Amino acid sequence: MSTASYTYAVARPFNPTQAAGLVGVDGAAIHLVRHQDLVAVVSPLAPADADEAALRARLETLAELEAIARAHHRVVAAVAACTPTLPFRLATVHRTDDRVAQLLRREYRRFRETLDRFAGRVEVGVKIYVQHAGASAGAMFVAEKTDGSGSAGAGRDYLRNRREQRNRRQHAWRRATTVAEQMDAVLAGLAVDRRQHRTQSAELSAAPGENVFNAAYLVDAGRAEELAARAQRLGAENPHVTLEITGPWPPYSFADSEERT
Amino acid sequence: MSPAAFPDRQVALVDLLDRLLAGGIVLAGDITLAIADIDMVQISLRALITSLGRTTRSGAAEQDQ
Repeated sequence: MSTASYTYAVARPFNPTQAAGLVGVDGAAIHLVRHQDLVAVVSPLAPADADEAALRARLETLAELEAIARAHHRVVAAVAACTPTLPFRLATVHRTDDRVAQLLRREYRRFRETLDRFAGRVEVGVKIYVQHAGASAGAMFVAEKTDGSGSAGAGRDYLRNRREQRNRRQHAWRRATTVAEQMDAVLAGLAVDRRQHRTQSAELSAAPGENVFNAAYLVDAGRAEELAARAQRLGAENPHVTLEITGPWPPYSFADSEERT
Repeated sequence: MSPAAFPDRQVALVDLLDRLLAGGIVLAGDITLAIADIDMVQISLRALITSLGRTTRSGAAEQDQ
């Protein structure tokens, strides 16, 4: 059994010296599969990894998932830095390079249209967090524990504290989502397109606070700084929220936007 | 596009997975491997939850063996 073809992206042809030394998943060297004025960016995947069960097992291990994701991103970002690039979903694997070439032929028009849309554009991520006054949470657990004596007063205090804390959280969350809606309207005006991601769970992100808004904007590369600065300004006007801006990214979040099949 | 558009600094895995597991074009049909059809978000969550479980239980991990 021969190697399979891990496919990172389709792009406009570029000077291959710009991708010299670029390695992808499992440290395999990158090569290009060409069709007319399109190239697919590919690296070989060992036969042992080139079946669905094996790949899936790897993706279910965090260390492997991270290694593959970072390798995928490293290649896509390197290519996107020098030419319009349409990123593929993580772990897109074809049996052979011929199958990749067939794909380029079959989807030629769609790929070209999407690359036209991406030319000179980048993705910028904006996340908004609300800070909850969490200091009282610990104190409340203590209250709960010392309440074993059956003191009705302590129980009432505990319930009242819980209620107040819940109300405060709801109020802060509503206020933050209002800020998010206003900011989104302004940023969407600077962008060509926007996508909303699911909010990130607090356990998985290192950022403090609760993520209430997680969006991506497709923007002309020349306006990426402006969009980020505008977001920062709007964030600074609302001190009860925290802002995190990521990117510029290759246009991952917009890759499927014009799918017609 | 400026060649400096995509800085090399390490991005947060959670932001990367937002994009690589929910974004990127999904190609059906000619792909021999069906991995793209699998709910990738579910895979990532399983991986993340497994790893979180490992971290929080790290003290008890040896006893589990």
